[in-house]
Amino acid sequence: MKTKPKVIVFSGYGLNCEAETKFAFEEAGGKADIVHINDVIADPKMLLKYQILAMPGGFSYGDDTGSGKAYGNRLNNHLGPILAEFLKRDTLVIGICNGFQILTAAGILPGALTYNESARYMVRWVDLKVEGTSPWTKNLKTISVPIAHGEGKYVPPEEGSMHIAFKYTDGALCEYQHLPMNPNGSAQDIAGVMSADGRILGMMPHPERGMFFHQRPDWQVQKETLKNKGKKLPVYGDGFALFKNAISYYNKKVTK
Amino acid sequence: MQTTRIDVILKTLDTRAREKTREFKRLGAPDLTDVVIVDSYTTSANLSSDEKERVLRSLVNPHIERGTIDSTIIEKPFTVAIEIGYLAGVTDNVGTTAMETITDVTGREHTDASVSSARVYALYGNVNDLEVERIKKSLYNALIERATLVTWNEYVAKHGFSKTIPHVDLHATASADIVSLSVSDEELLAMGTAGIKGADGKRRGPLALSLKDMQAIREHFKTLGRNPTDIEIEMIAQTWSEHCKHRIFASPMEGLPKGIYKEYIKRATEEIRTKKGKKDFCVSVFSDNSGVIEFDKNWLVTHKVETHNSPSALDPFGGAITGIVGVNRDAIGTGLGSKPVANMYGFCVGEPTDTHPLFRDERMQEQMLPPRRILDGVVRGINSGGNCSGIPTTHGFLICEDRFRGKPLVFAGTVGLLPRKTAGRKSWEKAARPGDLIVSVGNRVGLDGIHGATFSSVKLDEGSPATAVQIGDPITQKKFSDMLVKEARDLGLYNSITDNGAGGISSAIGEMAREAGGCRVDLEKVPVKYPGLAPWQIWISESQERMTLAVPKNKWKELSALAKRRGVEVTVIGEFTKGGQAQVAWNGKTILDLSLEFLHDGWPREELAIKEPMRVLTPLKHSVQSELGADMLALLSRPSIASHLYIAEQYDYEVQGGSVTKPVQGRGRVPAPSSVTKPVLSSKAGILMTSALYPTYSDGDTYKMAAASIDTAVRQAVVGGANLDSIAILDNFCWSRSNTPESLWDLREAGRACYETALAYETPYISGKDSMHNDFRGYDHKANPVSISIPPTLLISALAVLPNALDAVSLDFKQGGDLIYVIGETHDEFGGTEYGALYGHATEGVPSVNATAWAKVYKSYGRARKYTNAGFAVARGGLATALNTMAIGGGLGYEIDLKKLRGTYTSREAALFAESQGRIVCTVAKRDRESFEKIMGTNAVCVGKVVKDDIVIMKDGKDTVVATTVEQLQLAFEKTFKGF
Repeated sequence: MKTKPKVIVFSGYGLNCEAETKFAFEEAGGKADIVHINDVIADPKMLLKYQILAMPGGFSYGDDTGSGKAYGNRLNNHLGPILAEFLKRDTLVIGICNGFQILTAAGILPGALTYNESARYMVRWVDLKVEGTSPWTKNLKTISVPIAHGEGKYVPPEEGSMHIAFKYTDGALCEYQHLPMNPNGSAQDIAGVMSADGRILGMMPHPERGMFFHQRPDWQVQKETLKNKGKKLPVYGDGFALFKNAISYYNKKVTK
Repeated sequence: MQTTRIDVILKTLDTRAREKTREFKRLGAPDLTDVVIVDSYTTSANLSSDEKERVLRSLVNPHIERGTIDSTIIEKPFTVAIEIGYLAGVTDNVGTTAMETITDVTGREHTDASVSSARVYALYGNVNDLEVERIKKSLYNALIERATLVTWNEYVAKHGFSKTIPHVDLHATASADIVSLSVSDEELLAMGTAGIKGADGKRRGPLALSLKDMQAIREHFKTLGRNPTDIEIEMIAQTWSEHCKHRIFASPMEGLPKGIYKEYIKRATEEIRTKKGKKDFCVSVFSDNSGVIEFDKNWLVTHKVETHNSPSALDPFGGAITGIVGVNRDAIGTGLGSKPVANMYGFCVGEPTDTHPLFRDERMQEQMLPPRRILDGVVRGINSGGNCSGIPTTHGFLICEDRFRGKPLVFAGTVGLLPRKTAGRKSWEKAARPGDLIVSVGNRVGLDGIHGATFSSVKLDEGSPATAVQIGDPITQKKFSDMLVKEARDLGLYNSITDNGAGGISSAIGEMAREAGGCRVDLEKVPVKYPGLAPWQIWISESQERMTLAVPKNKWKELSALAKRRGVEVTVIGEFTKGGQAQVAWNGKTILDLSLEFLHDGWPREELAIKEPMRVLTPLKHSVQSELGADMLALLSRPSIASHLYIAEQYDYEVQGGSVTKPVQGRGRVPAPSSVTKPVLSSKAGILMTSALYPTYSDGDTYKMAAASIDTAVRQAVVGGANLDSIAILDNFCWSRSNTPESLWDLREAGRACYETALAYETPYISGKDSMHNDFRGYDHKANPVSISIPPTLLISALAVLPNALDAVSLDFKQGGDLIYVIGETHDEFGGTEYGALYGHATEGVPSVNATAWAKVYKSYGRARKYTNAGFAVARGGLATALNTMAIGGGLGYEIDLKKLRGTYTSREAALFAESQGRIVCTVAKRDRESFEKIMGTNAVCVGKVVKDDIVIMKDGKDTVVATTVEQLQLAFEKTFKGF
């Protein structure tokens, strides 16, 4: 019997995308558990049961004192050593939106996120161009997924290295809704960054909100075009590939 | 006491400061050059210098920020700095998080220490005192915040900003007072109106009790042979308030011996459920905090819509955030705990451009906030509450009308999800049992929100209590919400749950005590924010983010251990009993002992007098020079029609991953009247949410107003993807001058429409709420008395379950060549319409509804919908506005011929702009033409087609009536709220 790769999805203190993130990993063939950060703090070794760690989106601590700061502090103050051990192994980590902010605030990924150029919270879809090499983005070139954030403008580190994972680009959905490609004024149009080996990924856009085709804002128009050609609506959307990639990263290892 | 102040400033470009600079310049400070924002944290925690450094490092992100401890952070001399902090006793969320950070960093508890957060705006450039005052006023609300001006010299001399930690200093006697009711009727009336007299001779705030109520209370205590305590009277006032007991809806009226609620609303639902038989989808209606209907074989969905009008008038941000977070608690408090899965909002405000000042007092000291400030505040409030809680905001609307400037309407609704079974029990049933512990969950109690329930039951004037304002704390709620609906519920750790809303624990426990048969509360055990609160204050305070549980004694240990791990405060404050008494003790002494029967049913009923109002109706007056094309664009720019995308796109509608048709649709990103969401990702099914209201129709006819609201909501649901037999509706009455027989006559007429229309569509009411006193009495800028009453308003919200969520249809035109159909008839109906308002204010000819006939058409449409690829229910602004919204949405033009329209209309104006109900515009691809027409028959007429070019042409036979472009339409549609 093949064992499914195990995913831990953090929760607590106002994180709020844990359920759909878990769903995406399980739909892709993994086994995901939602675990409250305090339960990890009570039993840190449990972290080592998992291959994949997801820090989902949300509003940890209501963004008070700065997005991701308070949750990042909590990670560092209580789970620093065990996280270091987890990261040393052949594990994968994804931080989405507030999860990305937490990973930068905790110093796990470089740089920082600050207030959008518009100084306002904003919901819309974006197109992303894949940069560099990462297990998360294997075989991907461009994807369309949504954003929803008030502090998503990426500020690169003043010194040290940075590896870009995603850049905002002019793609299908920007064209569809006549939207500027960079939604928040991020430096170099950066939407996501990763560790040197690509195992740790942080991104402001939400791939789990683009896991189904019907989540796309243009799906009803595409449906008509497909109908004209006698074709059916696809089930999955672009975002699903990230979760699929993460799961197959381990499944392939098992079969080797 | 040691105090430490940490200041933090952005090193990188601060876009917030840039936006503030623009805003302040707009306010009238042209020579302002720059704004610098400092976030500050002042704490009373005892910290070593090493700890201070570590706290600083935790509050500063070194890549983008820098910080200082107890010293100056700004180097460049500013003109003046404005510091905004909270007043004592007001919830400070940022301060609470900072305090948690301090505890975390230092690894120890700091008992009694707190953090006070503040934000400083340092202004640069040439700004005079008057301008500074104007800017200051725009930054804070004096009811809850403090603003301090600091000059550069003071700043340098004191080595930074001041280290203030506001704290509440109460000197009131913390005991219950005996209140003598052996007084004159005048004194009884004064007590009922302005409150019990405190030791200082000041009245404590409105009880909203009439003389008859006060006399009934006096009689009751006479038979008991004693005088009541203050807490007893306060509890009776809360329980008997219009807000809690809906007395106008429950009172007999001429021809309605059981009152509007029982005779019209409840009866409609009962008759519909019987008629539907096996197809009845209602599970629990009118008996809980939300209505409950079936979703699929494993799940139920719940819905509730609330208003938060009075608090939003005083503090729009606080009013709206507590409105949305409060209605989330209604979901959590439904059955054994329904998980919030979708929010909706609705705002009725004055014209945003209106700047005429209004005052609450004759001395013109207490100015009402202008409509724009109210709009900005309520928009921010829903933003903060909804987004922070991780609940998608899938539906919303904005109405602007002059008469909402005295009192705005702020609607907030929440759909929740309940498993059919949880911990082996039916999830929609609950009952506290005698012996269960009364457990308080969540926030602590303070002075905030005292007399909210009674305050909202009276008109807004000078005596309105400032303490009625509350600040929301969504994260505290998110923590206990997750603990309850994701863990404790399914572990079976409690028998009953309810929200502490209006009336605080007095109402929550008072309600739950009915399930068990009594209660005994030890009030000193209730966790408080600060000492010195009087027992009556603790009992009725509406401090937010609290719920009450009934916990079996053998589950308490498990619940309290779970709460500790989740960072949630839970406290046992008493026990449910039997015997029919509500009892409250204060340090062992009984201070409240009321029979539940008297408490809940002792209020005196009297038949409400009604009288048909004299109405002089004005017909439509349109200028002879009026040009249809220009009128059409003017309508698109009217604030109740224009795009409010700026609001919709700042509310997260994608969270939880369920969106199917979004609240913003198409290429042109048009705010949509309905949306479909999948609350269970593994299920095919979805829910559709929509709503409708026509306040101005009430100027002509409240029966038609109510019928149109129901028809439009139902029609929007049918067009968006629901079948008529799957729609449930909710009623929110917002009335005014409710103490006059004329207004009550209008109310009865609206109630009658509710009964007849719902019955024809077989759409049961599952929940409802009313707000009866939306009146303002005050003074204008010349100290002349003014009174402003809202137009009587009924909001109808609809919730429908789609067996397959992907059956949803969006509103935008899809492709050139698609055929445009109009269903329904057009008549010369202009009363209360947007077009009527464009030329004065027409009240004659309010659109009427023929629900019996239309129900058949809507049923057919449900079968034909799969052949449509876009649809829109004609509503505000008439046919032209419906077509134009679809065109802007699709970025595609259209050509139509008005001659083909059915109906008795006699002019082109009517064809284009009349708001005749029952009409649908939809598009059908050529390949589906036959299939569609076969089902719809003569009910649908093809009036034209979608074109792929940017051309809009409306003809009347051979005459071209209007020729324009989609680009022009979009410009008109988007210009009104540009820059908001």
